[in-house]
Amino acid sequence: MKSVGLTIDGEEFEFAEGTSVAAAVLNSGRHEFRRSVTGSARSAFCGMGVCYECRVTIDGVGMEKSCQIYVAQGMRIQTDGNY
Amino acid sequence: METIDTKVLVVGGGGAGMSAAAAASRDCRVTIVDDNPHYGGQIWRQGVSEKAPPEALELINKLENRSVGFAPGTTIVDSPEPKALIGSRAGKPTLFRFEKLVIATGARERFIPFPGWTKQGVYGAGGLQALVKAGLDVAGKRIIVAGTGPLLVAVAEYLQRKGAKVSFVAELAGKARLLRFGIGLVQYPSKFLKACSFALAPSSISIRTSSLVEEARGGRRVESIRLNRHGKIEEHECDILAIGYHLVPNLELPTLLGCDIGSEGAMVDSYQRTSVADVFAAGETTSIGGIELSCVEGQIAGYAATGNKESVKRLVSKRNKLRGFSRILKKTFEIDDRLKSSVKAETMVCRCEDVSYETLLEFDNWRDAKLQTRCGMGPCQGRICGPATEYLFDWSPDGVRPPLFPVRVKELGDL
Ligand SMILES: Cc1cc2nc3c(=O)[nH]c(=O)nc-3n(C[C@H](O)[C@H](O)[C@H](O)COP(=O)(O)OP(=O)(O)OC[C@H]3O[C@@H](n4cnc5c(N)ncnc54)[C@H](O)[C@@H]3O)c2cc1C
Ligand code: FES
Repeated sequence: MKSVGLTIDGEEFEFAEGTSVAAAVLNSGRHEFRRSVTGSARSAFCGMGVCYECRVTIDGVGMEKSCQIYVAQGMRIQTDGNY
Repeated sequence: METIDTKVLVVGGGGAGMSAAAAASRDCRVTIVDDNPHYGGQIWRQGVSEKAPPEALELINKLENRSVGFAPGTTIVDSPEPKALIGSRAGKPTLFRFEKLVIATGARERFIPFPGWTKQGVYGAGGLQALVKAGLDVAGKRIIVAGTGPLLVAVAEYLQRKGAKVSFVAELAGKARLLRFGIGLVQYPSKFLKACSFALAPSSISIRTSSLVEEARGGRRVESIRLNRHGKIEEHECDILAIGYHLVPNLELPTLLGCDIGSEGAMVDSYQRTSVADVFAAGETTSIGGIELSCVEGQIAGYAATGNKESVKRLVSKRNKLRGFSRILKKTFEIDDRLKSSVKAETMVCRCEDVSYETLLEFDNWRDAKLQTRCGMGPCQGRICGPATEYLFDWSPDGVRPPLFPVRVKELGDL
């Protein structure tokens, strides 16, 4: 299987093509995707594009639903997590 | 804006939508729109860890051979005028014009709030399965699968195959009800039903009946759950809790178009026609009944949309029989008042806008609550908290307003 290289919060990773960005973030050991409006840490929840809890910044574009987007070569993923 | 003209437009590329397109494309140009990157919908979701099963591949081949158009990763967000819908893909809008429309938007999981449900490591049951299909590694993780519905056992078995340590399935329904469900299934000789039958669950999966998760405990991450089992309280450690209370139909699009909605979903006649002319609906958006029913309804809708009455007639009795199963499902996995007692004052009900149970107690209906607290006004637009407030407070959903899913401001300018 082909793999693609990308960064999550600046750290480099490789994932198999066809992996969703949400799965990639979780597999990287991160669980905080975003902060809620009152500041609590949130992670992907519904897995199917309805809850919007999995929002992250991808290549500078904020609020992307990561469970419905695939990883791509050179992608820059930014979570709200503080690592 | 880019425009796509098609005779039959199908929204939803799951079993129902693909079957509709396959039936309709014998006679004319058909286009399918789906917000996922691939065909498959929920049950046949494809991803890095999952290939589509043979019956799905057969349908996909058929669609490809007949040059059915496919707009992947595209979400239908609005209907600017009759016989036209707007789809949004990566911030770019497309106008779809059609003569006939088949709505096959399927269902989503129902979630009922409980203390700790916003912790990391708590997922929907089908939701976790979807994440694993998309590459999430769960090998060695201790997982508890909970809630209610035929999906739970299927999910638990899937997770086990992927190397997870599934501790048990906590099912809200009692043994007697599940037994009746199993007996009711005998008349349906189908693979799908076998997969979700509790009686036939692999012995490697332990099922705790009359059990409900009252709390997910831990710090930011879930570390254990409090389980109420026949009134006895137990504590169980876990890395992941996968929990969902059966399914609810996705009704935003039929509601937007003005289709009549009944207690099961979008209302249809024996030709899968909705109350709006030239708009058909098929699959779980009309009632929760499993993949076979979705596919038969899809076929009927596809034939009906292209005037092929003979083919419709051949399928109606099969559909009616499978609809009987849908009624059994509903009866078995109905949720009762027990879940209401675990919600606490500070439990978040609306995850988008962080509105707590206590805040909502002051209101009599969803409309007032929405206006005063923004409950249901966040990006999910009430898809998660709507069914929850319906259960907790008996509030009925109010209408929908476009865009059905959030779009970027720039894109709104283009619409
Ligand atoms: C998370 C989840 C997991 C499930 N897993 C299983 C399982 O493992 N086994 C099983 O037997 N059953 C499963 N089910 C039950 C399943 O819903 C049905 O068996 C079957 O998938 C129904 O087929 P359908 O075509 O009616 O709808 P679906 O398969 O749900 O297809 C509907 C499609 O429409 C798309 N859609 C919805 N709204 C829009 C819009 N506005 N714009 C564009 N596209 C849209 C959806 O993304 C989806 O791809 C699952 C259900 C859910 C919710
Ligand atoms: S996890 Fe719910 S939208 Fe992505």
